[in-house]
Amino acid sequence: MISIMNALIFIVAAPFIGGLVAGIDRKLTARMQGRVGPPILQPFADVGKLFEKKQIVVTPSQHVHTLSYLVFIVASGALFFAGGDLLLVIFAFTLAHLFLVLGAYSSYSPYSFIGAERELIQIIAYEPMIILAAVGMYLVTKSFFVWEIMASELPLILYLPGVFLGFLMVLTIKLRKSPFDLSTSHHAHQEIVKGVTTDFSGPMLGRVEIAHWYENVFLLGFIYLFFAWNPLIAIIAIIVVYLLEILIDNTFSRGTWQFTLKSSWIIAGMMGLVNLGVLYYLSAVVPA
Amino acid sequence: MTWLSKSPWILHYDASSCNGCDIEVLACLSPLYDVERFGIINTGNPKHADVLVITGGINEQNREVVRNLYDQMADPKVVVAVGICASSGGVFRECYNVVGGIDCIIPVDVYVPGCAARPESIIDGIVKALSILEEKKRGTHISQAPGQGAGGLR
Amino acid sequence: MINNDKKPDVHLFEGESLITLPFLILFPAAIAAILLLVPGDTWRRLIVQAGALIIGIASLYLLFITPGAGQAFFPVTGGWITTLMFIAEMIIAVFLIYLGIKHKKYLALFLVVAQAALLIFYETSAAHGAHIVPDLFIDQLSLIMALIIGIIGSLICVYALGYMATYHELHPDVKDRRRSFFFLVFLFIASMFGLVFSNYLPWVFFFWELTTLCSFLLIGYSGTGEAVNNSFLALNMNLLGGIAFAGALIYLAVISPGGDLLSISTLIQSGHVVALIPAVLIGFAGITKAALMPFSAWLVGAMIAPTPVSALLHSSTMVKAGVYIIVRFSPVLTGTTEGLIIALLGGFTFLLASAIAISQSNAKKVLAYSTIANLGLIVACAGVGTYKLVWAAIMLIIFHAIAKSLLFLCVGTVEHRIGSRDIEDMTGLIVRMPKVAVMMLVGIAGMFLAPFGMLISKWAAIEAFIDAPFGLIFVAILAFGGSITVLFWSKWMGKIISVCPVAELVENRISRQKWIVLSLLTAMTVFVCLAFPIISSHLIEPFVLSVYGQTARLSQDNIIIMAMMLFLLMIMPFSLLWFRKEKNIVAPYMAGRPATPDLHFLGSMGVQRQVGLGNYYFEGIFGEKKLFMAGTALCFGLILLMGTLTAGVAL
Repeated sequence: MISIMNALIFIVAAPFIGGLVAGIDRKLTARMQGRVGPPILQPFADVGKLFEKKQIVVTPSQHVHTLSYLVFIVASGALFFAGGDLLLVIFAFTLAHLFLVLGAYSSYSPYSFIGAERELIQIIAYEPMIILAAVGMYLVTKSFFVWEIMASELPLILYLPGVFLGFLMVLTIKLRKSPFDLSTSHHAHQEIVKGVTTDFSGPMLGRVEIAHWYENVFLLGFIYLFFAWNPLIAIIAIIVVYLLEILIDNTFSRGTWQFTLKSSWIIAGMMGLVNLGVLYYLSAVVPA
Repeated sequence: MTWLSKSPWILHYDASSCNGCDIEVLACLSPLYDVERFGIINTGNPKHADVLVITGGINEQNREVVRNLYDQMADPKVVVAVGICASSGGVFRECYNVVGGIDCIIPVDVYVPGCAARPESIIDGIVKALSILEEKKRGTHISQAPGQGAGGLR
Repeated sequence: MINNDKKPDVHLFEGESLITLPFLILFPAAIAAILLLVPGDTWRRLIVQAGALIIGIASLYLLFITPGAGQAFFPVTGGWITTLMFIAEMIIAVFLIYLGIKHKKYLALFLVVAQAALLIFYETSAAHGAHIVPDLFIDQLSLIMALIIGIIGSLICVYALGYMATYHELHPDVKDRRRSFFFLVFLFIASMFGLVFSNYLPWVFFFWELTTLCSFLLIGYSGTGEAVNNSFLALNMNLLGGIAFAGALIYLAVISPGGDLLSISTLIQSGHVVALIPAVLIGFAGITKAALMPFSAWLVGAMIAPTPVSALLHSSTMVKAGVYIIVRFSPVLTGTTEGLIIALLGGFTFLLASAIAISQSNAKKVLAYSTIANLGLIVACAGVGTYKLVWAAIMLIIFHAIAKSLLFLCVGTVEHRIGSRDIEDMTGLIVRMPKVAVMMLVGIAGMFLAPFGMLISKWAAIEAFIDAPFGLIFVAILAFGGSITVLFWSKWMGKIISVCPVAELVENRISRQKWIVLSLLTAMTVFVCLAFPIISSHLIEPFVLSVYGQTARLSQDNIIIMAMMLFLLMIMPFSLLWFRKEKNIVAPYMAGRPATPDLHFLGSMGVQRQVGLGNYYFEGIFGEKKLFMAGTALCFGLILLMGTLTAGVAL
């Protein structure tokens, strides 16, 4: 059943979990680079600092867009953890990301503009694959509702290996890891300065940062769905996947948008579609 | 203890430096000195930055740029002038195109002399800047007008 | 599947109220005739606005007289009407032949003559045995189409008053033929009503041809060489469809001399075996009318017409007639290979037309390709034709008609104020024309964002396609095509929403009619999204239930969640009132270079330069030429395949 309690827990706990994950991410990245790295609670200090700064804007409408971005990310994530319809969750996230893009566009400045255009390319790069992932889950569990997918006894990963690999590829885009961190990045890739977030500052930027944490928690939850039949394996899978993402991030530098679009559409799309095609064929041939 | 001193983000700008001090600043960011353990991140963006780390002196070309960058930073903010050129113009002080140190155009909070300033001094200077940042946040800081020394490392 | 043994509820001539049906056909025609004679602008305004109001009210009245389920019939006795229609068709053919000779368009000549010949053959030999009484009918699908025609159509007519006045001010070289313009527009509305209310196929054909004629004449309104060429292109492609339609009539008259199968309701009830061939032929007519690939060139070319024409004919109504007829026949097409091929045509059109839209910067061309794409999607749903998909198709028809007409009218208004229809020139529209920009944003959001209707329909379509045969192809098309639409709509939104600090307000001098129409359409876009559960349960579900015996709906939980999302979405912009007090405004980051608010910056050597911000158009990947050729080739191949299969069935 749709659980409001889970949604509320998500709304309250996700920033802490997300920030912690971000902190562990930075620590591990530093260690991989042979450094000591910041304390694990550093992201909380960062956001706290941002809220201590005086707010400056390029135009007041940036407030509306970034606030809407945060609100809709929280709402979409809450819908996911409440157990709602997975496709609706995906479309709600698209709506949220659109607000981030509009916020960058509204400041009418070159770097934000390029960042916004690249963010749009990223969105169309990952969205087909994520929809295919949801469709794959439906094909196996016969439901789009997250609570029913969670309750399923079937090992989704065994039915959806291609879909999972495709999803991992677009996960790199969604987590804003190199080589797909085109529009904005937490590392010192300053090719277009800070891209989408160039003209955000202070508390506004803090809100965008918190929204990223919420989204990361959602993404980890999505990975969990593939392994939902065994929670222990799921947690291990999440850890392994995230470590892999950090490794990829540290190995690659920023790619081009052509590379991003082509690799996610062609490679991820192919892996996903072949997997789904096999499932279709099997369900037609083998009575379920 | 405010969050500001736990997470100072810097904007590093080369005014008219020979790049000697810049190399030392970038060395601080490298694994050998690793300032990220203090939460310091090099953002390239004044709107995200708290500490403006400037090398080199002011000349006619970068005068407006430095002013522009400083104005785009959100309060509270501090300026760290790294190297003797940033502090007072250095060996180029008498040149026809050099106006002087950074404090000709914006208020400087910490001077880090040296040619080139050593990474240890730079880190020291930034740490000192952090305490000034805290004072500014609390409203207890007494700032000096441009052109006068604010008491740095001698 | 069709329930062959269950006859739909038949209510013959329910009191006097069904007189509204012929009223809605004849009244706009009468208005058209009056407008042809009225010379002055004042009288014209009065008559158009009064006429539009009456048509709108009459269409709304239909809501009350349509039966809750099944169809209501209104027989029209008098074989003289059918004969009159035949004579009119011949006159139109002669008129078209004259125009074809005048403009030296020999292909059109050939097609007109071919179609006329088929008609004469039908009338003289095949139709002689037809003894049934033609009738009009109404059910929920006709009702939905009638509401779209009556409400959106009338609003566009009112808008056209102000638009055409400005149009002639701006284009003094174009001959002022507003009398024929409004005559044609109202004649068109009358024919659309006739099309959706007619049960008797020869009558449907007559009204179909009338809409082709109106479209042809309206596209060529400005009389320039390009307009004439594009109007003949549209004529040719629609005539191809007309020929197929005439072929269907002949086939039906031959296999059922008594003429019973010439009624849509009887034909659809009679099942696959009998009705497949006419369904394919009429489906082909629908494909040309709805400008699916390979016939999409005419719709893109039709954008040369004045914007009310594009809004009325080429996005909300006439092209919807094409998909309407395919949705009518989806019970026949479902489960067949031919139906699948038609669906694939629609699906590939959706994918490729959306992709081409990315590379277009002309706003009307973007809207045209988006229309083609969405029509393709509707046909894809109708071609596969499971009950869930027909539900999604009808939803798409409703939401698309409203949002697209709003967008066309906004683009028309903007074009007249800023003098350009290029998206790159619409930068900062939110500052230059705030109210129109907001309406445009609502329209664009209505086309692709959750929780607005188009997205709900696409979502329903994905969920419905999964369970359908060969559904994976369509799911993939929807997944990729849907993302593509996000790109070109968001790019456009971004241009509108940039806040350029230096921009002058140009929103004055927009006529009151335009404001009223635009505001009403915007309100409708939002309202229809809020009210869609009611629309679904009262209008769409009964229709699907009566045709398929089962119906689809969105789950209760999802409806509540979407209502919450819409509520959130509507209150968020009001936070601007709070944030407007923000005083700490700084310049955007220009690498420290001192810059003016309109992005002039001091470059090296002290030279002032300006930043140019242009959207990505990806000519190399999504270019029109390449993709158009690919689409045409692919879809042409599909049509050949379908033709071969159908011929095989016939022989």
